[in-house]
Amino acid sequence: MIRVILPQHLRTLAHVGSELQIEVEGNITLGAVLDALEARYPMLRGTIRDQVTQQRRPFLRFFACEEDLSHEAPDAPLPEAVISGKEPLIIIGAIAGG
Amino acid sequence: MSGVRLLVGTHKGAFILTSDGKREKWDVSGPHFAGWEMYHLKGSPADPNRIYASQTSGWFGQIIQRSDDGGKTWHQPGTPAGEAPPAGPPKAASNKFVYNSAAKPLTTHQWYDGTQHPWEFKRVWHLEPSLTDPDTVYAGVEDAALFRSTDGGENWKELPGLRGHGTGPKWQPGAGGLCLHTIILDPSNPKRIYIAISAAGAFRTDDGGDTWKPINRGLRSQYIPDPNAEIGHCVHHVALHPKRPNVLFMQKHWDVMRSDDAGDNWKEVSGNLPTDFGFVIDVHAHEPETVYVVPIKSDGEHFPPDGKLRVFRSRSGGNEWEPLTKGLPQKDCYVNVLRDAMAVDSLDKCGIYFGTTGGQVYGSSDAGDSWNAIARDLPAVFSVEVQTLP
Repeated sequence: MIRVILPQHLRTLAHVGSELQIEVEGNITLGAVLDALEARYPMLRGTIRDQVTQQRRPFLRFFACEEDLSHEAPDAPLPEAVISGKEPLIIIGAIAGG
Repeated sequence: MSGVRLLVGTHKGAFILTSDGKREKWDVSGPHFAGWEMYHLKGSPADPNRIYASQTSGWFGQIIQRSDDGGKTWHQPGTPAGEAPPAGPPKAASNKFVYNSAAKPLTTHQWYDGTQHPWEFKRVWHLEPSLTDPDTVYAGVEDAALFRSTDGGENWKELPGLRGHGTGPKWQPGAGGLCLHTIILDPSNPKRIYIAISAAGAFRTDDGGDTWKPINRGLRSQYIPDPNAEIGHCVHHVALHPKRPNVLFMQKHWDVMRSDDAGDNWKEVSGNLPTDFGFVIDVHAHEPETVYVVPIKSDGEHFPPDGKLRVFRSRSGGNEWEPLTKGLPQKDCYVNVLRDAMAVDSLDKCGIYFGTTGGQVYGSSDAGDSWNAIARDLPAVFSVEVQTLP
C-alpha cells in the first residue's frame, strides 16, 4: 500500500483524513499513484493534474523522503521507502507568505 | 408560508441565508466549501431543491458542486459523497471543461498586448439552470465560452457556435479576464439566449445556441479604436423582466443602456446617475420599468462616490433615477458591488438584495425604500442569487 498525504482542501473534497493508503498495481511510479488515486477518489480528478494535459497544476508540488519530486517524469519510479510504505508521498499546495 | 433563500458566493466560501416571507429574521448557514472561491450559486427554477455551485481555487482548479436538498448537502455531480466509484472508466467529469476543437477557426483570442493567445480554461463564472429542466444547466467560463450540461452537471459540452461565429480572434480580456459572466434564458422563447463577455460585448442566439450574433449596436466605448465597433465593448451585466423579455437593461463599463428590440439597438439611459460606471443591474419582479443599479467610481477607484453606498432606482425604465439610502451607509463606505451580486425575489413587495466586497449582504423587503444588513462580516461577496420558496 502506498501512503499519500493530501493538502487539507483535497482531504475535504475526498472525505479522507490526514493520510490515506492506496493500492497501486504494476510499477510504482508517480503517474501510477496519481492514476490510482483519481480512480479511487474521482472527485480529485482535475485538482492535482489538469484534466486534459495531465500536467501537474502549477501551485502543487510532490515531495517524498525530503526530496522534491515535482519535476520527475510521471513514469519514473518512486523512492523505495515510498514503495515499501515506510514514507508517504506528500502532495502539497504552494505556500505564499507575506 | 412562503420564504426566501439567498445563495451567497464569496471569496472564501458559500453562505445560505434563509427567511420567511416577512424577511425580517434571517438564518445564516455556512461557510460551505470554506476557503474556496465561490464565484456563483444558482437554484433551478424547475426544482428549488436543485442548486448548482461553482467552486474554484488557484491551487486546485475548478469544481462543480450540486445540492439536491436545497443546500443542506452537496456533492460533485456523478461522484456521490463518501461512496467508492463503480468499477470501470469514469462516467462523469463534472469539472472537465474542454473547448470544442472543431469550433473553427478559433484556437486563439486576442491578448492584452494585441497578440493572439490560446484559449485556456480557468474557471466558471456563472451557472444558469434551465427554466424547465433541473438537469440542464449552462456555464459561462473564462476564457470566454458557453458550456451546457444535460445530465445534472456530470458532463459538459461547449456550444462552439459562439466562439465560432467569427469575431473570437478579436475578443480581448477585461481587467477581470476574458470571462463569459452573464447568461439569460428567454422565458418566452426556449431557443433564445443572451450572453455577455468582458470585454467582447453581448451576443444573442435565436436557435438554441447553434449560431450567435453580436448585439452591441448603439454601445459606445470611447477608448477603443472604433468606439462603435461590433465587438470589444466591456459589458458588465444585463437584466430583463421575464414578462417583457425583448426589453434589456445593461450596465456597461461606461453608461447604463436600454434595448427595446432584444439587443438589436441600444440607447443610453444613464440620465442623472452620479457616475457612468457600475457592475450590477436588475429589474423589479413586478414592475418591468423599475430598474436598479449601484453607481461606482471608475476607472481607478471602484468604490461608491463620496463614500455613500446608494442604490439608484428608476421607475421609468431609465433616465430618471432616485437614490435609495435608508439603512445604507452614507459616509466612509468604500466597498464595491460586483456584477452578479444583486438579485430580486418575487414576493409582494418585491425584495432586493445585494452583496459587497466588504462582506455585507443588504436586503430590502419594500422594493428598495429601506434596507437592512442581513449579514455584515462575510468574506468579500462575489454573487447573490435569491430563490422565492413556496
